[in-house]
Amino acid sequence: MRSFSYSRADSVDQALLGIAANGHGPAGTAAAVRFIAGGTNLLDLMKADVLRPSALVDINPLPLARIEDGPDGGLRLGALVTNADTAYDDRVQARYPLVSRAILAGASPQLRNMASNGGNLLQRTRCYYFYDTATPCNKRTPGSGCAALTGVNRIHAILGASEHCIAVHPSDFCVALAALDAVVQVRGSDGERSIPFADVHRLPGDTPHIDTCLNADEIITAIDLPRQGFARHFTYLKARDRTSYAFALVSAAVGLEIEAGTVRTARVALGGVAHKPWRDPAAEALLVGKPPTAETFAAVADVLLQGARGYGHNDFKIELARRVVVRALRDAAEREPS
Amino acid sequence: MIAFPSFPDRLETPGGQIGRPVNRVDGRLKVTGAARYAAEHTAPDLAHGYIVSSAIAKGRITRIDTSAALALPGVLAVFTHENRPDLAWFDRKWKDEDSPKGSPFRPLYDATISHSFQPVALVVAESFELARYAARLVKVDYAAEPHQTDLAAVHRDAFAPSKDKGGFQPPPRPRGDADRALVEAEVTVDCHYSQPAEYHNPMEMHASTVLYNDDGTLTIHDKIQGASNSQTYVCNVFNLPKSAVRVCSPFVGGAFGSGLRPQHQLFMAVLAATQLKRSVRVELSRPQMFSFGHRPRSLQRVALGAHRDGRLRTLIHEAVQETSQFENYVEIVVNWSGQQYKADTTRLDYRLARLDVYTPLDQRAPGAATGVNAIEMAMDELAYALEMDPIALRLKNHTDIDPNTGRPFSSKELRACFAQGAERFGWSRRNPVPRSMRQGRDLVGWGVAAGVWDAMQGQAEARAVLGLDGSLMVASATADIGTGTYTVMSQIAADVLGLPLEQVRFRLGDSALPTAPIEGGSWTVSSVGSAVKAVCDKVRDRLARAALTLEGRPFGTATADDLLFTDGCIQSRIDPAQRLPLTEVMREAGLFAIEETARSLPYLLQRARHTLGTHSAIFAEVRVDADLGTVRVSRIVSAVAAGRIINPKTAGSQILGAAVWGIGMALEEEALTDHRLGRVMNHDLAEYHVPVNPDVGTIDVIFVDEEDRVVNPLGAKGVGEIGIVGVAAAIGNAIFHATGVRVRELPFTVDKILAAGGP
Repeated sequence: MRSFSYSRADSVDQALLGIAANGHGPAGTAAAVRFIAGGTNLLDLMKADVLRPSALVDINPLPLARIEDGPDGGLRLGALVTNADTAYDDRVQARYPLVSRAILAGASPQLRNMASNGGNLLQRTRCYYFYDTATPCNKRTPGSGCAALTGVNRIHAILGASEHCIAVHPSDFCVALAALDAVVQVRGSDGERSIPFADVHRLPGDTPHIDTCLNADEIITAIDLPRQGFARHFTYLKARDRTSYAFALVSAAVGLEIEAGTVRTARVALGGVAHKPWRDPAAEALLVGKPPTAETFAAVADVLLQGARGYGHNDFKIELARRVVVRALRDAAEREPS
Repeated sequence: MIAFPSFPDRLETPGGQIGRPVNRVDGRLKVTGAARYAAEHTAPDLAHGYIVSSAIAKGRITRIDTSAALALPGVLAVFTHENRPDLAWFDRKWKDEDSPKGSPFRPLYDATISHSFQPVALVVAESFELARYAARLVKVDYAAEPHQTDLAAVHRDAFAPSKDKGGFQPPPRPRGDADRALVEAEVTVDCHYSQPAEYHNPMEMHASTVLYNDDGTLTIHDKIQGASNSQTYVCNVFNLPKSAVRVCSPFVGGAFGSGLRPQHQLFMAVLAATQLKRSVRVELSRPQMFSFGHRPRSLQRVALGAHRDGRLRTLIHEAVQETSQFENYVEIVVNWSGQQYKADTTRLDYRLARLDVYTPLDQRAPGAATGVNAIEMAMDELAYALEMDPIALRLKNHTDIDPNTGRPFSSKELRACFAQGAERFGWSRRNPVPRSMRQGRDLVGWGVAAGVWDAMQGQAEARAVLGLDGSLMVASATADIGTGTYTVMSQIAADVLGLPLEQVRFRLGDSALPTAPIEGGSWTVSSVGSAVKAVCDKVRDRLARAALTLEGRPFGTATADDLLFTDGCIQSRIDPAQRLPLTEVMREAGLFAIEETARSLPYLLQRARHTLGTHSAIFAEVRVDADLGTVRVSRIVSAVAAGRIINPKTAGSQILGAAVWGIGMALEEEALTDHRLGRVMNHDLAEYHVPVNPDVGTIDVIFVDEEDRVVNPLGAKGVGEIGIVGVAAAIGNAIFHATGVRVRELPFTVDKILAAGGP
């Protein structure tokens, strides 16, 4: 078999040393050294010969598997807590039901039991061409071209894409995290940093092989949820081709703060439409200070989808996204706290 | 010359094993993992093969560099067209029991590439992981040539096939001037339908483990729907005597038709085993499951013209399907329409167009699951055009004489299917107006369709051995692909001899057993079941003769007809006190064992005078999200007339599973082909969607009573296919009822529903 070295790290420092010792290689390359946690995506990609790491550093023993109170009244989700444990955690369900719903809308129970929170952020696109080494793909093999651009692109991006890549980020969890303005805690050889969620994932541009702003020698330690969890008025709505184990065609995470019939704060993030969860502050601003009405919801959708374009098979996503946004906002506004 | 069987010697009336919903006799082996599948057999000298698949759809291999692969320690060999041994030359040597007309594909034969994912090399190594890694080091250079994989681009170049495959009938000649009648008819519909290529994707991927025996013979564990088919193929292609090749497939993890033909992993494993003189296993990866047969893409037109009262004036059904460049895969698509409905004039047309794809392959209800969808959606459109209830329209055009042939149906309880299905479903509460039924934010739609399939029978052989301990072993080289063959054959044997089911053991899936046809087309109960009955009848006759001639005449003056076989005993109908255990009769008569073989043949003369088929009525309820247009199937009622049901539990599971598949066909299944690359792109089960549990609402199965004295001595027609036929049409019709928009292109995904103006 294609051989690789394998080591287990007991501490974050040891994990970082493990990466450094193996000469981590440039971020985004197939041969880069990888951390492995749940492995739900990485192992598939290795079997498909898409990723060919020379070394794996197993981070499962790291003490990052707890959910605890975070700074400023928020909640800190350890990077190694599984998606399932996160979704079913009492505090998450009570204070951040949007997170819980988003996680449970994704994958399957088996996958959620294995997948880690940090790994969820770093999962790769499900573009067909990315997984098929017989076809061109700039994300897999930079410079080989984007076959999806004029090929089978039903599940591809309508926003923020480039001529080099029209892949989408497949996560549901991340769409909720984007809506909540989560903060990702990272440690690297140069120390710690906090990354606002909006800055974690990138648009493809002309370097679609790089998904995130993380360096190869950095490790996600936690995801901080801010105090405001929108537990009263929230929705995670996912339109997909089957009711489970299917990635979003379009999804929306909505959080509203409504006082006396007027929207005070609004968050709307879209999934399945771009290389990263999609937000637009201008769209959200339309809601603030107004009553939640169908007209406003439609206007929000219009602004969010400004500049949207289809590539043939995915043209319908623009109309579907419009409907998903309007419906999700309505559901969130009408939701009675349970 | 074999005598035709006499007119039905019916099974005993109920009370025996027939008709009981017994659990699968092989169920425990399966759920405990004791049942071993083709890739689970092993040997101390087992080597592992991994196939290299073509990256292009058409062209030639200009160079294959295997040096990097061969340089790895543990890699044993790389087989390509350049180093393969001599193989059979004539096409007929490469044909199998299910081959259509043409030149069968020959793996590793030459440098020609005829389809994407074509196997171009086999790497054999000491471990699977090593073989897979080494396969990636094989460098293949191609000279690509322009390819065509899009049926829509070539359907005008289609040709009318002749009788190019066993069981295929070209459409009958037109009756009357159907096209003129269409112009003149008072009410008409004229619609085009499209169905994508669909891949079988059984849970178990195709695999062959070839055990190389000390004497050079081969024992092959193959995934196949007929062990003898693989045996014959291997012997022909590799020029081996039958005595040197035994093929076993006692357990098959689903097949749905994909195992009707030996697939290329069998060829590869045998090639490597015979060349390396050691045992070899080759298993396809899930993407490689998209490298061979599939339900062909089809384009159809159905035009119907009716009198005001609903009687059909004209029925036109045209279909074009894809086939490969090298074989004419054909299936019956349009004939069903002419058989199911009586119209004043009929024109049926079926054509093939060649694409640079692998030859399509029978998939559950081949042809019917395509053509019946189209006619049943068109009938629904006509019902709306006539402002008539869709069931009433179908009953108006019901016929007990097959209009295609002028012959009566041997039995056809379709009207009872409609009546009982409608009752169970609550059809009378349906408001026919589209968008009239709602629940919360969902638009609710109710749709109906009819289904039809053949009741075929082939010839089959069986052997039975009754031991002195009362155990009965019955065997035939048929298959159980999850359908329940083990169970129903055991029931038939137990029923004939009046034995408890536990005393019967049925063996199958072994080319060394008496010959049976490949398992497909819903004919296994009919074919093999009849042979099992015939052989058990012979055992029973032997026992009866022995009983009647025993010393002391324990059965008095009774004749063979007076003897009842029940509870392991022979009993006189005249005097129930005259009763002896079978084993005692054997002992007294000095019989240590009774062994018989029998061959059963269809009632050819009777069959020739009739049309034989199964029929169904399917009712579907859908919920369409009024904001988004997404569809969920909340309820299905399937009422089936299939003659006598041997086991309502296993038969019911067949219909349930088929209904689930019908949901997938309606809403999800589609091979997405990149026509520029000539390649199916969604080649895994994450992206090639089949239903998951929450996609499936409640499914109700009704078996309608039906007596048939022509089909076979069992009166059983078989239920493997009928359950899927028409399900997608019923769902499509329900979507129209819910939304008021027609989608005529499968699958009915949200993009098409929105594009049509829904919800």
